[in-house]
Parts: sequence; C-alpha cells; structure tokens
Amino acid sequence: MSAGPVRPAEDDGRPVTSPAGEDRPACVLSGDARPVSGMQADPWHDLAAATPARIALGRSGGSLPTRQVLDFGLAHARARDAVHTPLDVAAVTKAIETLGLETLLIDSAAPDRPTYLRRPDQGRRLSAAGRAALTARAGAEIEPAPDIVFVVADGLSAAAIHANAAAMLAAFLPEARRRGWRVGPVVIARQARVALGDEVGEILGARLVVMLIGERPGLSSPDSLGLYLTFAPKRGRSDAERNCISNVRSGGLGFAEAAATLSFLAQGALRLGLTGVKLKDAGGDALPAPDASPVL
Amino acid sequence: MIRRHVAGGRSWVFADLKELMAKATPLRSGDLLAGIAAGSAEESVAARMCLAEVPLKAFLTEVLIPYETDEVTRLIIDSHDERAFSSIAHLTVGDFRDFLLSDAATPERLVAIARGVTPEMAAAVSKLMRNQDLILVARKCRVVTRFRNTIGLAGTMAVRLQPNHPTDDPLGIAASTVDGLLYGCGDAVIGLNPATDSVPGLTRLVHLLDEVIQRFEIPTQSCILTHVTTSIEMVERGAPVDLVFQSIAGTEKANASFGIDLAVLGEAQDAARSLGRGTVGDNVMYFETGQGSALSADAHFGVDQQTLEARAYAVARKFEPLLVNTVVGFIGPEYLYDGKQIIRAGLEDHFCGKLLGLPIGCDICYTNHAEADQDDMDTLLTLLGTAGVTFIIGVPGADDVMLNYQSTSFHDQLYVREALGLKRAPEFEAWLQRMEITDVAGRLKPQTARSSLLSLTRGMAA
Repeated sequence: MSAGPVRPAEDDGRPVTSPAGEDRPACVLSGDARPVSGMQADPWHDLAAATPARIALGRSGGSLPTRQVLDFGLAHARARDAVHTPLDVAAVTKAIETLGLETLLIDSAAPDRPTYLRRPDQGRRLSAAGRAALTARAGAEIEPAPDIVFVVADGLSAAAIHANAAAMLAAFLPEARRRGWRVGPVVIARQARVALGDEVGEILGARLVVMLIGERPGLSSPDSLGLYLTFAPKRGRSDAERNCISNVRSGGLGFAEAAATLSFLAQGALRLGLTGVKLKDAGGDALPAPDASPVL
Repeated sequence: MIRRHVAGGRSWVFADLKELMAKATPLRSGDLLAGIAAGSAEESVAARMCLAEVPLKAFLTEVLIPYETDEVTRLIIDSHDERAFSSIAHLTVGDFRDFLLSDAATPERLVAIARGVTPEMAAAVSKLMRNQDLILVARKCRVVTRFRNTIGLAGTMAVRLQPNHPTDDPLGIAASTVDGLLYGCGDAVIGLNPATDSVPGLTRLVHLLDEVIQRFEIPTQSCILTHVTTSIEMVERGAPVDLVFQSIAGTEKANASFGIDLAVLGEAQDAARSLGRGTVGDNVMYFETGQGSALSADAHFGVDQQTLEARAYAVARKFEPLLVNTVVGFIGPEYLYDGKQIIRAGLEDHFCGKLLGLPIGCDICYTNHAEADQDDMDTLLTLLGTAGVTFIIGVPGADDVMLNYQSTSFHDQLYVREALGLKRAPEFEAWLQRMEITDVAGRLKPQTARSSLLSLTRGMAA
C-alpha cells in the first residue's frame, strides 16, 4: 500500500467488484482445500464518485475490510500529526520573508501543546515575552499605523501553515499593493487561538487583523487553513465580531478565490469600520458567514 | 449550606452543594478549565463520601442555579412529581445508588419513579457509581417512543443514518443514504446536518429525504438538523417536516446562546404535531446535547458540566422527544480530554438520560485533537450496547466529511448487533427483510447491482 494522500479520487482504496464476487461464499468450511476469501465488495461502487464520504467500502463479515481499516488509520495518523507537529518556524519565516515581508515571532501564554489543548484561554493570551516583543516593535514604528496585520498561527494544524500560509499571502499581496493598503509586520504565533490576534492587532495599532490559522483537522483535510478578519482588534472581541473564510487548502477553497473573498471582506471592513455579523448583513449572501466553523 | 466531611484523618469543607457536586465528579478537563474540579484525588473521594450522605430531598430546596433567574431550574422544580418521588424521598444519594442496583429497582419501578427524580439527583448518584453501575441500572430502564416505528424496545438498538455532505449535494446525500440503508441503518432517523442555513435550500433537503422514505415506504422518519425557528418556518410553509431538531443545554443562559427558550421549543413541538405525519406515535422532537456546552457559552454558573448536561435532559423531557442524542466527544479535549473521559461521560449521560425517562442515544465520537481513537470508540460502543443504548449514529466509514469528526460507522453497528444480539426497531427490521437487505436473523444478505434501492441514485444521476 502506498503512503500517498489518503483518499485521492483516482485511488480511493475501494475494492472493485469482480463479477464472480457477488455469489461466491464468504468463506469455505475447514477441511476444504480451496483458498478462502472473506471480503465482500459492495456492488454500488459507482456511487462513490458522488460523495467524498466513505461509502461502498465492502465488508468482511459485517466488519471493515483490512484495506479500509489501514486507510482509515493512515488518515487519522495524518490528522494527529497535524495537531502535534510543531510549527517549523524557520521554514515559515523564510517563506514569508521571501515575499518581502517583515516577520515577528511570538508565543501565546500556553507553554506547550498539552496545555494548549486543555486551556484555550491561554492560547488566546500573549506570553509576557510575546507582549514585550510586540510592544517594542510598535514603539519603533514610525510610519502610520498599518491597515492590515497578518498573524500566521499554528492553531490546531501546523501542517495547514506549512502547506498554505505563504502561498495564501502571496496570492493576496498584489491586491493589497494595488489598493494601497499598508501591511504591517507578519506575526508568526505559536500555540495560538483565533482571539490571540486581537491583542496582537491592538498592540501594533492595526486597523484590521487577519489571522491565518490551522483549522481543526478533519480526517480527509488535515491541512485546512482558516482566515479570520477582525476590525479594530482589541482584547475582548467576540466571535460574532469576526468574519471567517474556511477550508483554504489544496482540494478545498483555492488561494485565488480565498484572496478575492479576503479582499472583498477587507474592503467592506475598512469602509464600514466593522467586521462580523453586521458586515455579513451589509454584504448579503455574497459574504461568508461569521465564524461558522468549530471553536478554535 | 456548608458541608463538612472527615476522611483520612482530615476534615474537608465544601461551601455549598454546587461545589460538593463539582468536586465529587470524576476528573475531566472541562471542570479543570472552569476551575471547579477537586484540588486532589483525595478531595474528590472525600467529596463523594460527603455527597453520599446528602438526602435526595436537599436537591429540591438547595437549587444549584437560582429559581428566580433560570427557567430550567423553574422547570425542574415546578414539574417535580411528589407522588413519584414519595417512595425514594427518605433516601440519601448513597442509599439511592444501593436501591438502584437492588432487585427492588425493577424496570417497572424505575419507570414509576422517573418523574420524581430531578437531573441533579441523577447526576449526584452517577458520581458515586462505577462504570458497571451506570451500565447495569441504565439497562433496567425502559423508554419506548414512536413516530413511524417503535424505538426502545428491550433487546433493540436503533441507528441514526447520518448522510452528511460538505455542500449538501443531493446525489451525494442520496448515495450515503442508500449505502446506509443497504447496511441496515436508519431506523432511529435519517438525519442530515446541512451545510446551508437558507430556508429554500433546507426545504429542498426536507423534500429529498421525504421522497426517499415515501418511495421505498421505509418505516422511519427524517430530520434536517437546523435551528428550531427555521424548522417552524418550514412547517408553516408546508414542507414535509417529520422531526424538529434543536441543540439544548442545561441553563437558560446557555439556551439563549443557542437562540432558544422553552417557549419556542413548545411552539416547535406544536408545529410538527400539527402536520400529523407520525403513523404510530407523535414523538416529534429530536434533541442533541453534550457536556461542556454551557461552559463554552460562559453560562455554567460554577456548576460542573455533567450536572449541567443532566439538566438539559429536563428540558428534553418536557417535549416528549422521539430521540435525545448526547454528542459525547464532539466538543473537544478542553472538555473531555481523552478516551477515558469520553467513555465515562458517555456512560454517565446515558444513565442519567434513561433514569429521567428519556429515549437517549449517543454519538460515540471524538475529534482529532482529542487523545482518542477508534479503539476507544469500540470500547464505548460495546459498553453502551450492553447498557441498552436507544440508538447510535451511523456515518459512512465513521468519517463525517461535513462536520470533520469521527463517529460510529454502518459497519460498527453491525459489529455490536452481532456481538450483543441487538435487533432493530421491529417495523424497520421487517422492511429490511421485505427488501431482501437482511435475512430473518437480521444479518446482511449479499446484494447485487439490481437492488431496488440503487434505482434511487440512478434516477438522480440521469
């Protein structure tokens, strides 16, 4: 079995129904020398093209065939690794600086992954060192306050950042330049939840903070990136005051499309001076719902 | 009132019943997050010893959340049945456990006392019980509900067929539905979590599931899991709504965060009943709950999450639901950290629900950031099957591609039926046999591409 992507459409690991397979006995009695076979295919394999759900898996007795057990195990392993793999700060920093952007590394108040998972409140607050670093950087700021500050945060999937963060920024930067938006330093944040961006944006004096964060990994989407926009970020903002663009990844929402939606939302936010439910209401159905994804 | 207990040569003090309940709760991350868990393992056991001596009557006067400011408390106190309570009114929490495990607590007796048991009493006694106690007592509780079939009969377990699709694609939903039916699932409900929240989009989905049920004359019911007010709107517009769904919680404030109160749930029940779509009964509500929902809404008032979960069952009980589903591992590791905590919570929720007289099932599930895996789900499934769980969830391959979590699969329900000899709702079991999907023993028969159910999706693809 290959260790490639878990469920590509062209190799989904599902058994192909053999013409003889339907009528063959599921197993043979002991004493019979013929080779035994326990797997029964489902003769509606063609339906699998209609959904990413795991249908027509076949069965061994009533249980999952071996191949399916192993494929599921691989998908779960990838999702688990996405949660527990530390953010590769050097690689992410390099990729972002290559785009001509300044970076700043900070940590939340959660000191490690187990604490981060148990204490979402700590992931929403800056560490003392992180706050000091941001304050120092804000003090050195001589140009006008930035329109947009990006925070690149591990969230629940560092894999999402490794795969998508720099490409997402690269897709959006030309649009930011075209519209004359001042982009502040990109803050790379570890053990971070969405609300950490509020304090970051507040210290840096950003008009709008855009959090690029690893979403809760699904079995079929371990590297999904979420974008959260908050106007006038400050501690205590509620999730209803944000807008979210979800499921940015290869096989999900593409970078160009996400960049276009981000631009649309940012224009509305900077013009109306708000984000969240009211921005969605102002934009009608063209805008994504505010924070419809599971709580990060 | 302050309670003291001497244990291990030490005197322990608990400021009030709320603190005592929280500290007596088996350890879980949500109570730690809320800052209300016991400070040590010893304190937790001391709290349990102290709780064992609290009279059941105390829960009727020492309410955990004020009567004046919380309509769930008012519901619990105002609907308490003194006559049903009378035969257990003299017991302490510890005595109550002993009674529940005794031969005197027959299934008939447990039904007779159900309306005299408050959620807090159920939660309190559950804190003194080991997993085997939670299983044994729940197993004795009989709760039967009906809409187009009969759910909860002894020796049966139903399955909610959950054909979710990330974009609500009708063919994709139909494909998962057919897959599930051919695996013998769907007697509890064919219940879809929609991606859309638009009324026209949701109405199309209501029609889609209704057509599947009508066309193949399946003795089951459908449900689109959208907000209760949206379901009411669909009923008013004449959509063929079978069951009305709503997430509920154990405090008025947490329910407000869901955009609901008791009044609107009553309106929904009336609306669904007005359609008269049930053929063998009129249990029209489908509720979902889960430990931690009140804390995540900042509406827990210092009460432990398991007690709050039991309070949500008081809300459910008022509206005579067909199904109540505790979605036990969905909310994340900050509330239930690992397989051990998820398993314990699943057994507690099922026990409390059954003791209070609810048709309670369990979404045996976890997220990828919890310390849990399929082996933990197998364990909980086996335990809940043994405990007589009303229904479980069936998701293709245990992988919900819309909600991004893992639940139990169509295969998993076959496993537990085979291991424990559990049957489906009788009307549905008969239908499966008529359709040549199962044999008389309820085991799957080999299928061919000529199965009549497959004509459904062929028609849609054309």
